[in-house]
Amino acid sequence: MTDTTNTEPTTPPHSQWYDVWHQFKAHKGAMLGGIVFLIIVFGVFLGPLLWPYDATYIDIRSRNQGPSFAHPFGTDQLGRDLLARMMAGGQTSIAVGLTAMLLALSLGSFVGIVAGFFKKLDGPLMRLTDLFLALPILPLLLVMMMLFREPLSSAVGPERGIFILIVVAIGITSWMPTARIVRGDVLALKEREFVLAARSIGTSNKNMITRHILPNVLSPIMVSATLGIANAIITESALSFLGLGFPPDFPTWGRLLNDAVQYLQDYPERVFWPGLGISLTVLSVNYLGDGLRDALDPRIRGR
Amino acid sequence: MLTFTIRRLILAIPTLLFISLVIFLLLELAPGDPMAQVPLTVPPEVKEKMRLALGLGEPGYIRFYKWLVQFFWVEPQVLFDHMFGTAFSEGKLRIISWQHRGPVMDVVVERLPQTLWVVGLSYIVGIMIALPIGIYSAYKQYSMFDQAGTFITMIGYSIPPFFTGPLVIVLFSVNLGWFPFIYDTTHEVVDWDSFVYQLRQMIMPVMVLALQTTAQISRYMRASMLDNLNQDYVRTARAKGLSEKVVVLVHVLRNSMIPVVTVIALGLPAIFGGAIITEQVFSVNGIGAQLIGAIQANDLPTVQTLTFMFAFLIVFFNLIADVLYGVLDPRIRYD
Repeated sequence: MTDTTNTEPTTPPHSQWYDVWHQFKAHKGAMLGGIVFLIIVFGVFLGPLLWPYDATYIDIRSRNQGPSFAHPFGTDQLGRDLLARMMAGGQTSIAVGLTAMLLALSLGSFVGIVAGFFKKLDGPLMRLTDLFLALPILPLLLVMMMLFREPLSSAVGPERGIFILIVVAIGITSWMPTARIVRGDVLALKEREFVLAARSIGTSNKNMITRHILPNVLSPIMVSATLGIANAIITESALSFLGLGFPPDFPTWGRLLNDAVQYLQDYPERVFWPGLGISLTVLSVNYLGDGLRDALDPRIRGR
Repeated sequence: MLTFTIRRLILAIPTLLFISLVIFLLLELAPGDPMAQVPLTVPPEVKEKMRLALGLGEPGYIRFYKWLVQFFWVEPQVLFDHMFGTAFSEGKLRIISWQHRGPVMDVVVERLPQTLWVVGLSYIVGIMIALPIGIYSAYKQYSMFDQAGTFITMIGYSIPPFFTGPLVIVLFSVNLGWFPFIYDTTHEVVDWDSFVYQLRQMIMPVMVLALQTTAQISRYMRASMLDNLNQDYVRTARAKGLSEKVVVLVHVLRNSMIPVVTVIALGLPAIFGGAIITEQVFSVNGIGAQLIGAIQANDLPTVQTLTFMFAFLIVFFNLIADVLYGVLDPRIRYD
């Protein structure tokens, strides 16, 4: 018989999420990315409370100024403070990114789980996913923006209408990768013993999905969430940059970049800040996803 | 393999039909009226005739059918006639743009070379840069070069072309004055000087698009090389006494290229999509600019045709990637 007195664990018991956090902390790039992303989010949402200028306040006498103490990023062609506009634009861009990601994620997870769990629906749903993957996304988004901008703007107001339109458009054109990954994981999970055990004690399909399947596919979903944010922010900025996003007086990072490009020859430095905002957010979110992928993978964890 | 190819080809037809239907139905919902620009003095019955002349009088499904016939039957005939001087398409109705009342395809043919030059060249440049980077960073995994490469590719992923575009314009055109600001599409190469000018104006758009390609493909190349470097056959090759150069550049590289080649094929349509933005930044007068112009002018036949052409590219290159994968990798046989 082996000596059983020594088997007492030396470390106190901890949850799975403690392990995940422990692994995540070790990934320097991911920590840095997470911190930068939090700073950007807090900066754009809390910054306007502290900053005296309004994003839409026009001061025509101080237009086209370079950086100064009063206006650290300078002012635009109508004398609006660019720091305030950067913060307001960041709010929209990040809000669009988060909402569109949530929509794409719930659509993708739903399709993925249903396709993986119910064998009958697998074929049709995956064909549908393939069809969506074959759609030319950017041209279609441009077309959708052109078609539905007017009706939606008049129905719920220009800003909210465009917001809904962009979020829905990005959401329904970017759920496919999530669906594919989730389906693959669900198919593998269904063969596991614990699912068989749950089935044998008479678990209903609904409980099976919510109690057993969903918690186990959470990690690929979370990783695609970070990639989804990055993708949505870039897409929104691209649309605004092409002049088919939010209305001209409504700042977003892509819109500010578009405005800056029009004054490229006279004030080239204006391009810098909105572009940096987009790139830094996307970069930090990508690193975050990288670290999350490592942290949530139990095969790597603990190394 | 042949049966697989044929099956994929047949499967591509309903996919393309579905996509063209989706695009058509989307455009059906368009609120814009092509008659909005016509002066108010024109009487309504004349307007009605003009509408009919644009092919708007019939119900949706007939117009969809007509568009399909025009795109898949009449336009290829026009191309055939043009190439061999025959007269198959004589008197047949082509897809007419509402914007300039001419055939859409004529404009596409005018614009396509600009896009192909910029996109094609940037893709080749991107691949040429990406492959050595990927090979070397995999060979020296976790070295300084590898870490720097990882960081640069991450940046290449994260910085969108509509930022790198203005950035290189500010740097190289405004500050340094090396390259022209705007792409001059009417420029013709006749002698050495004009050739140098063409080269100079192409450098910046190619650079911006190539950055995206490089970032993506060098990652795949690195991952694929890493997969292969630890395989048994590599140890065998080394044990046989082959030189390191031969082991890496012949044995490992050839096997790692299999997935990379398919990624290269898959990435090409996406580059066309990205070119829409790059063309806008550098004012290149290609099909991306044509699409944006058509969208802003509410020119639905042009929008429908161009969007479908993008979709066609995606389906076509997906097919090529699938078939290529099977041809290159004998382990993968679909049938």
